[in-house]
Amino acid sequence: MLKSLQATKNPFSKTEKQLEILSNGFFKDGSLPTFATKLKEISQFPLQPNKIEILQINVGYMCNQVCAHCHVDAGPDRKEIMTIETMNQILNVLQRTSVDTLDLTGGAPEMNPNFRWFVEEASKLGVKDFIVRSNLTIILANKKFHDLPEFFAKHKIHVVSSLPFYKREKTDKQRGDGVFDKSIKALQMLNNVGYGVEGSQLKLDLVYNPSGAFLPSDQIALEKDFKKALKEDFNIGFNNLFAITNLPISRFLDYLIASNNYEDYMYALVEAFNPKAVQNVMCTNTISVSWDGFLYDCDFNQMLGLKVNSKEKHISEFNESALKNRDIVISQHCYGCTAGAGSSCQGTVV
Amino acid sequence: MEKTYYNPADLKKFGKISDWNEELAAKFFDYYGKVFEEGNLTAREKSLIALAVAHTIQCPYCIDAYTGDGLKRGITKEEMMEALHVAAAIRGGASLVHGVQMMNKYDKLSM
Repeated sequence: MLKSLQATKNPFSKTEKQLEILSNGFFKDGSLPTFATKLKEISQFPLQPNKIEILQINVGYMCNQVCAHCHVDAGPDRKEIMTIETMNQILNVLQRTSVDTLDLTGGAPEMNPNFRWFVEEASKLGVKDFIVRSNLTIILANKKFHDLPEFFAKHKIHVVSSLPFYKREKTDKQRGDGVFDKSIKALQMLNNVGYGVEGSQLKLDLVYNPSGAFLPSDQIALEKDFKKALKEDFNIGFNNLFAITNLPISRFLDYLIASNNYEDYMYALVEAFNPKAVQNVMCTNTISVSWDGFLYDCDFNQMLGLKVNSKEKHISEFNESALKNRDIVISQHCYGCTAGAGSSCQGTVV
Repeated sequence: MEKTYYNPADLKKFGKISDWNEELAAKFFDYYGKVFEEGNLTAREKSLIALAVAHTIQCPYCIDAYTGDGLKRGITKEEMMEALHVAAAIRGGASLVHGVQMMNKYDKLSM
């Protein structure tokens, strides 16, 4: 796959089609309970935030990769890019709220032409945890990105990067031909400036997404396997591994339907529902901001076009108090975050 | 519709065997869960053993279940295929080693 669903006019590029699939079939006929029903059973409906600690900013859907599981449907053909004006509005919010974590994502956030400016300005505000979700290959994609490891280190950025597996075949199958080798090189470059090195303050975490229609296994066991393999084979070190469930949205939903795995996957998610995971899912402490400044409960809701349930829906009118008291918008994709040990942008939640 | 003995959808209904005998089903599933916990063997090793045994007894449900379990654990297809060959080697070996009995009998009865 070299183009986004949007570019190929795939029906699953439309949020209405995705929501229709997620709300009908066995969810409509009662064979499986809706997520709302499940929450009501454990007296957790409506789901509300605990506090707002994290602003996750999607600075654009443009990406140098076209990963098979991408819930953003990101790719080189996507033109949605955050403007400096919106970035300034975000900086304003950072200055006047209790948010202490800034999490930049995309697409490839580094491809936003104002990415470095934004990092420099946000750094001046003293963010406690400044995350950049880097796909690694961007570092090698063009010589203007080759110094990203040094740039990240200078601003003490917490780098979080995806690596589906420590072997080439599975990684390349999910993320594209050649991605594994480039990822290894990029990881070595990050290690060389101090990331993921024992005793260093520079944090490098990896994200594991299952490369197929199955749920992730034990995060601790996976982290052990990854650390051993990457050290032995490539002398690469990193801090933590986050195991993240693939949510049935966008390209992953398209894959589930096309491979005849949708029903089994949804049954597996519902069966793995863990009530203990509910209160720690990321929408309980995160606000997601889209490239055009609109507010969402999480990146997944953003991709489904489900804006926050609040009068103020744009970063320019950010109302922390109102957002703290909102009802979180849910649908059946939410089962992905409550399956097993739970799933969030920081890995398991239980 | 084509008639078959096995329906993949039945695997997720395994728990329903308790409908007809709750006590014994509970004992079995409790034992089953304990068997697969981390012990002197890792849960990963046990999963591979289960996959190999599933092929020996040719249980399609077990094959599906432990292929899926192996994928979740990051067990590669090469590792799975090696485990299958271990099962095949033991199965084949079990037949062949009885050939010693055949050879003994042959020698006993022959002048």
